[in-house]
Amino acid sequence: MTRPAPSPTGSLTRGTSRRTALGGTLAAGALLGLGAPAALGQAAAQVVVIGGGFAGATCARSLKRADPGLVVTLVEPAERYLACPFSNLVLAGLRELDEQAFGYAGIEAAGVTIARQPAVAVDPERRRVRLGDGTELDYLHLVVAPGVDLRFDAIPGYDEAAAERMPHAWKAGPQTELLRRQLEAMPDGGQVVMAVPANPFRCPPGPYERASLIAHYLKTHKPRAKLIILDAKDQFSKQRLFEQGWAEIYGGLIEWVPLSFGGQVTEVDPGTSTLVTEFGSHQADVANVIPPQRAGAIAALAGVADATGWCPIDPVTFESTLVPGIHVIGDAAIGGAMPKSAFSANAQAKACATAIAHLVREEAPPTPKLINTCYSLVAPDYGISIAGVYAPKDGLLAEVEGAGGVSPLEAAASVRQAEAAYAEAWFRTATDEVFG
Amino acid sequence: MSPQRRLALGCLMAAVVAMAGTGPARAEPPPGAASCSGCHGPAGSEGPVPSLLGRPAAETAAAMAAFRTGQREATVMDRIARGFTDDETRAIADWLADQGDQP
Ligand SMILES: Cc1cc2nc3c(=O)[nH]c(=O)nc-3n(C[C@H](O)[C@H](O)[C@H](O)COP(=O)(O)OP(=O)(O)OC[C@H]3O[C@@H](n4cnc5c(N)ncnc54)[C@H](O)[C@@H]3O)c2cc1C
Ligand code: HEC
Repeated sequence: MTRPAPSPTGSLTRGTSRRTALGGTLAAGALLGLGAPAALGQAAAQVVVIGGGFAGATCARSLKRADPGLVVTLVEPAERYLACPFSNLVLAGLRELDEQAFGYAGIEAAGVTIARQPAVAVDPERRRVRLGDGTELDYLHLVVAPGVDLRFDAIPGYDEAAAERMPHAWKAGPQTELLRRQLEAMPDGGQVVMAVPANPFRCPPGPYERASLIAHYLKTHKPRAKLIILDAKDQFSKQRLFEQGWAEIYGGLIEWVPLSFGGQVTEVDPGTSTLVTEFGSHQADVANVIPPQRAGAIAALAGVADATGWCPIDPVTFESTLVPGIHVIGDAAIGGAMPKSAFSANAQAKACATAIAHLVREEAPPTPKLINTCYSLVAPDYGISIAGVYAPKDGLLAEVEGAGGVSPLEAAASVRQAEAAYAEAWFRTATDEVFG
Repeated sequence: MSPQRRLALGCLMAAVVAMAGTGPARAEPPPGAASCSGCHGPAGSEGPVPSLLGRPAAETAAAMAAFRTGQREATVMDRIARGFTDDETRAIADWLADQGDQP
């Protein structure tokens, strides 16, 4: 791999505030008798991270931990991050959206510079990122962690305007609140229809946790209502556990329609709230359409997304196999056997930071080992999980054999309760570690 | 502090660190160790999953071995512990033990 020497002037070009900062660096150098630009250049190994979600925020922080000498800039336009895990509880009225919000003060205090802008372009040749306000940041290593974009070109009739009638709620925020309001406004006896995409997509067990918690809400508040899941696949994550829990807790309230029984939604009409499948059409009182997804747009702009819309990576360094110097982590990456989860994003981010710290020192990065665990709530006090341990194999992240798996099918209520408590503990610990 | 001043100060600090030699701040986590903190919080953290930082290495390694064989009951640690060899587990346990004084 060839890498250009870090620019002696650092990453901070254009824009007046950037010049001020540059002046500061030079002044500091002079002050400390650091005359040689080479020494300064070495001091300022620049790493830019695009996206302040579970992946990017963790990575920025871990980079400073791995090597405090790195100059790390986190590019994220949002003032506060709204976490998706546990947002299904918000839909069910059991949690408020504000409890999903996290700020960036802790990350800034850890020595990371926050650029409150979107990244709009990447020039991999010159190793430069352009931000929405025209500022340009040079980098030695770039980490791309933009999460997913929802595809509004995949289901005929389902565009951004349609999402205002048939919310996806697959990014926590106004969409989550919209779907919650629709559920609250629905009369008893109404029909909720969910559309779920084929793999790969963000959070494989997420739609089924959502169905569970919506069912919990309906059972409690609208016992005559029904929930239909139209699924574009024939199998799903933790399926037997979910189905067992649904039968046990919700009776026949939830109906799951797999691909081979007409589950694939081929068209929607937001005007009449209709979802069309190959086998017929479904009229919904509340429709939750989770469309197919791809890596966040900046990934394609940077040239790191392939024809699938996702980003192939080296499993040791998370460096793009398409563009040198750019690393991709989190939902945007092709994580091999690792699912697109906040837990995976967090684990990948730490491994990526370790690798970058080694590469900056021109040392070979160590072979990582990663864990993922996704908890799901079948009911507020009924938790189940899927876990895996991963290591690079044949150019991909592969599951370590003999490890991992799902919660047992036979388990006492106390075990389900314990896992629900562990789920909440995970969310608190993980968000504290990243944003606290 | 204005963002500019903060930036400038950040650069100054970077320069100072560089003088002291760029390099790892503290012993690097061995493979797998960084994932444990997804569930096991820092020392003094509350909640049902205990912190592992500063715990004697032999204790952590013994617990992991018991989880791996199924001797010790678990909701999830059995599935995780089986993903690590004895050597890997020992390295993780040693590293966690050394992190006792870290925030
Ligand atoms: C309903 C639901 C439930 C879930 N439950 C769980 C769970 O229980 N456990 C679990 O592990 N996972 C869960 N997930 C999955 C989890 O939310 C994602 O896997 C995780 O958010 C991925 O992190 P990320 O950092 O890759 O992306 P994101 O969290 O989406 O973060 C990406 C960030 O990048 C920013 N960004 C995008 N483009 C740009 C740009 N051009 N410039 C600057 N910034 C940019 C965005 O503003 C955003 O802040 C759930 C998801 C959903 C939808
Ligand atoms: C998904 C969350 C999760 C992850 C990741 C995780 N643990 Fe655990 N750990 C638990 C839970 C929950 C328990 C309680 C036992 C159980 O139910 O599995 C536990 C218990 C333990 C215990 C026993 C603690 C005690 O005092 O009883 C040890 C030791 C331990 N884990 C080590 C580790 C190590 C080492 C790692 C990283 C390789 C790790 N854990 C990763 C959730 C996790």
